[in-house]
Amino acid sequence: MAEDRDPMIDPMRASFARAALSRRTALTGLAAVGAAGFLAACGSPGKAPTSSAGASKTPLSAPDLSDTEKVVNWSNWQAYMDVAGGKHPTLDAFAKATGIKVKYNEDYNDNDEFFAKVRPLLESGKDTGRDVWCSTDWMVARLIRLGYVQPLDKANIPNATNLADSLTNVEFDPGRSFSLPWQSGFAGIGFNPKSTGGKTVTTMDQLLHDPALKGKVTLLTEMRDSVGLVLIEQGVSLATVTADQFAAAIQVIADAKNAGQIKGFTGNDYTKPLASGDTAACVAWTGDVVQLRLDNPSLGFTLPDKGFTLWSDNFVIPAMAQHKKNAEKLINYYYDPAVMAQVEAYVNYVAPVKGTKEALTKSDPTMANNDLIFPSDATLARAQVFRGLTAEEETSFTRQFQALVTG
Amino acid sequence: MALVVPVGRASRKRPARKRGTFTPLLLLAPAMLWLTIFFVIPTFSLASQSLQTGDIDNGFTLTWHFQTYADALSRYWPQFLRSLVFAGSATLITLLVGYPLAWFIAHRSGPFKTMLLVLVIAPFFTNFLIRTLAWITILTDNGPVTGFFRATGLINVLRWLGLVGNDTLLYSPFAVIAGLAYNFLPFMVLPLYTSLERMDMRLLDAAGDLYANGWQTFWKVIWPLSLPGVVSGTLLTFIPAAGDFINSKLLGNTQTTMIGQVIDAQFLRVLDYPMAAALSFILMATIIVMVGLYVRAAGTEELV
Repeated sequence: MAEDRDPMIDPMRASFARAALSRRTALTGLAAVGAAGFLAACGSPGKAPTSSAGASKTPLSAPDLSDTEKVVNWSNWQAYMDVAGGKHPTLDAFAKATGIKVKYNEDYNDNDEFFAKVRPLLESGKDTGRDVWCSTDWMVARLIRLGYVQPLDKANIPNATNLADSLTNVEFDPGRSFSLPWQSGFAGIGFNPKSTGGKTVTTMDQLLHDPALKGKVTLLTEMRDSVGLVLIEQGVSLATVTADQFAAAIQVIADAKNAGQIKGFTGNDYTKPLASGDTAACVAWTGDVVQLRLDNPSLGFTLPDKGFTLWSDNFVIPAMAQHKKNAEKLINYYYDPAVMAQVEAYVNYVAPVKGTKEALTKSDPTMANNDLIFPSDATLARAQVFRGLTAEEETSFTRQFQALVTG
Repeated sequence: MALVVPVGRASRKRPARKRGTFTPLLLLAPAMLWLTIFFVIPTFSLASQSLQTGDIDNGFTLTWHFQTYADALSRYWPQFLRSLVFAGSATLITLLVGYPLAWFIAHRSGPFKTMLLVLVIAPFFTNFLIRTLAWITILTDNGPVTGFFRATGLINVLRWLGLVGNDTLLYSPFAVIAGLAYNFLPFMVLPLYTSLERMDMRLLDAAGDLYANGWQTFWKVIWPLSLPGVVSGTLLTFIPAAGDFINSKLLGNTQTTMIGQVIDAQFLRVLDYPMAAALSFILMATIIVMVGLYVRAAGTEELV
């Protein structure tokens, strides 16, 4: 039929057929390439399980360019630095004094996200482009365990002796050979009396069960703070918490969640709803609440009587950092109480440097007397730090907690 | 006429035919390369990852651990189901809102056509996250929207439908679906506009001449002709909405978790890369199957 109709089309049709055929050939070729990629993908990931026999691995170091390149790359959390006129005065002063220019990046939004970003580079032994950043305690523990951070050369950090006594011997880094705290803070309970019906919220039990707060409660996605507060209330010491105790605390939160008490789990973004009253009460960090109170003095904050969690974000120098000495000079600079006082006046967290309070008293006595910024010994005595977890525990605990958050 | 094809002619055609076989391939090459590097290889790598076991301390090794898929499904099937329901509802809403809008812009907007089209896209000038965060302000507890829903009793209807938990709109399935519908509306309006705009309006006159009433004209003439736009619009909306995790994270509560959030958590926080990979693969497979069935049911041949 077709031939009858128009033979002139025939060559064209043949060419179509040919084209189809070559397309098919091309696809077959592609599939072969794909399969090769598949095999390659199967082979590459993961190191030999024998390469780490439980102990920490040795971090890689790069030739230090500090003497020739007067820069240091610092990744830090947002709103964690003094600001004046769109500039960071302490950073500028450091550049002036030492000639070292600080490339300050506020690209550390979340421990897990940041870790996901730098892990591939660290794993393959490459420079991350960063010389220093500030990780939370448990992330520091993980980084040390994996051999991803370098020991600090204390000869370049003489001011390290100003470190607060309570923070010098932490479990995950005895003697502070890899890390030095940048800021510390507490997790407690924040509440907005406008939405609680004037009630104060004093315990986690109340937060998780009071009908007046139903559906208006948030917890933090930071597992050690949210679960830690519940554990402390149950009389468990965070320094010795066991898997069973942890699971029991998870169950308490799960029950509250299933009862509709908990609206959600948040990161730093709990502050806005708390200030507006959409959130009646939540687990909150001290520095945030101190800042919120400047605009909204009626906001309440409780550090539970039975205790609360203490965390620090710590300076660490990653493996293969190009300007290690400059980074150490930078850390040394901030361990000067007078400098730390300038930072503290802006960020309102707890300073880990001895003498900061005295330095700040001169310029801002009200702030220096705030128990949330310069906690008294009695307050500090109630603070607890979550113990370091093994890799298996970390996976198991995180999995249980994430089942709650995303369940 | 003729089985007789002049020999000379055929031989003259041959070089042309040859060129014909190479040119399309050459033209395809950039796209093929792109697909290989950014789709085929990552897909295989993902498949491999999903069958590995291990942890970040000791690395991951391929052990053909298919159990991960069974675990993923048994543990997270509610989130899968919820994602499909939420994305489906949002798609339906965008269709109901977008269709009249696209019709209006295409045929009734006169000199304002370009401006209206720009306005449809205008929200994209703002960051996706900011747009979603704005919904927190819009639906806030003491805001006018919540006030309106309470005053009219509509909130009771929503509660009866299970779309809100108590008397607040925020942090509920309602808020998540509204956020999804809002964020993906332009993806629905633009394809609809394209297919409605090139429709020959004389067909409507013809339908009128044949005594079709308004509804019949729509159902027998306009709707079938707009199907290509409907299909591409629904696909462009449904597929990204099903994997979205921002809306459910910011506007939802602990009972509205979608699968994107689970994948995010497994990958970033639990560091269970195989589980995250398996979940992604299941999501991909589910969507491919659903889209396949949908496109087949809609009759693909006429739709391009």
